[in-house]
Amino acid sequence: MIVGEQKPFEEIWDMVKGHKKLTVFGCNTCVAVCHQGGNKEAEILASLLKMHAVQEGNDIEIIDGGIERQCEHEFFESSREMLENSEAVLSLACGIGVQFMATKYEKTPIYPALNTTFLGDVPETGVFTEKCQACGDCVLGVTGGVCPVSRCCKRLFNGPCGGSSKGKCEISKDLDCAWQLVVDRMEALGKLDDYEKVTPIKDWSKDRAGGPRSFKLEDF
Amino acid sequence: MELHTGSKLEKVLKSGQLGVTSECGPPRSSDASGVVEKGKLIKDHVDSINVTDNQTSVTRICSLAACVHLKHIGLDPVLQMVVRDRNRIALQSDLLGAASFGIQNVLCLSGDHQSFGDNPQAQNVFDLDSMQLVQTVRHMCDDGKFISGDDIKVPPKFFVGAAANPFADPFNIRVPRLAKKIACGAEFIQTQCIYNIPKFEKWMEGVRERGLHEKVYIMAGITPMRSLGMAKYMKRAVPGMDVPDELINRLAGVEKNKQAEEGVKFAVETIQRLKEIEGISGFHIMAIEWEEKVPEIVEAAGLYPRPVFD
Repeated sequence: MIVGEQKPFEEIWDMVKGHKKLTVFGCNTCVAVCHQGGNKEAEILASLLKMHAVQEGNDIEIIDGGIERQCEHEFFESSREMLENSEAVLSLACGIGVQFMATKYEKTPIYPALNTTFLGDVPETGVFTEKCQACGDCVLGVTGGVCPVSRCCKRLFNGPCGGSSKGKCEISKDLDCAWQLVVDRMEALGKLDDYEKVTPIKDWSKDRAGGPRSFKLEDF
Repeated sequence: MELHTGSKLEKVLKSGQLGVTSECGPPRSSDASGVVEKGKLIKDHVDSINVTDNQTSVTRICSLAACVHLKHIGLDPVLQMVVRDRNRIALQSDLLGAASFGIQNVLCLSGDHQSFGDNPQAQNVFDLDSMQLVQTVRHMCDDGKFISGDDIKVPPKFFVGAAANPFADPFNIRVPRLAKKIACGAEFIQTQCIYNIPKFEKWMEGVRERGLHEKVYIMAGITPMRSLGMAKYMKRAVPGMDVPDELINRLAGVEKNKQAEEGVKFAVETIQRLKEIEGISGFHIMAIEWEEKVPEIVEAAGLYPRPVFD
């Protein structure tokens, strides 16, 4: 899923303080799981902004709402009126939701309340870790199910580098060396001999490097 | 003896004599005289001189330009290339540029992560990895083609090297990893600095078991400790560095003003001991910002004079 983190409050306030009416709008799927951008978080953020407005003597009117997903048209029906009457929206969606709204409501400023941080999992309650960079050409089949693109800080396809130490990455003792994990998995699968197969040079044109990507279902 | 380049390093190693290389870090300045001075200090005591490529991710004169300066005073530079900062277009372009100046050795590396350097906010590239760079250089030289498959009008000629760190983890793939680099086309290897000799010997055993020492020239990495502080720092903070407590204790056991001397002594002893190991083809002496010590170490280790060819 997509993981995000709320921006510092001061940065959010600086973006929105010039408006008279503001809608704080949650996105209740991915970013709700990480407790940063769901409808509940939108309500809390709206309260904090209201308190701050009072302290600052700013008479901005703040309401809050939210939908299940800000990246698809059909979910917007329930909040249509609220959004059409908004002077500005502070969206708690990921960057995708913010852009989707900005396209949908072309004359309404839409501000991001979150920094979209990564595509990740929830290995334990309250912990989120990056697992994919959507490179467009998955190699998990040959790396024992451990992604070298998102989990090796040098995204090496024929790792590990010389900085791997006691299972940790050279940049931080808190970070697992992805290639230690690859090797451990290959060993567990009885496929350590495959380590010597050289992974060829990657086609990065399928990644961000090739320009914005899209695909279309021909049947629809 | 079949030589593919005019590299002195290739000539020495293929003649069966122990090779000696050292390295010079280029200055953080537009004035290259620093690297030229370093080169002059060591030129009679080494066969070839590595020029580091923005080592520890700190911005400096580029390796290629510094190599050109050394080449101009008649030395045989080894162009270090990391894949951190340049994509395949820039790497291939720099290889052609280097060849155009007569640079004939290249060492293919991943490069330290940028978080260690002066620009931790920088984007990193890693379009290729170090093995794929070895493959690329060989492809350009042997097949006369770019990665794209297009022909190179006049292909470059390089003696191609790679690094090996027997002290990094996981240890069980460190010999296979060397095999992989050889399969990619590495002709010589320069290792990480060796302080833990038993561990290095264990790695070399694995190397010999697979006959890898007969397929590649392995140059053992030597870095003299200047002080107890340096040894402690390398143990604590330099990733992939294995500094045993015995060495720390040995340096701690001498007066502060004798520690540098003791460090040099240990380096010379290490070379003497490694000379006895089958499969070692030479030594890569990295005296970090202490290049003036290289001649002394080379002489004390019985590696002087260096071979001369007509």
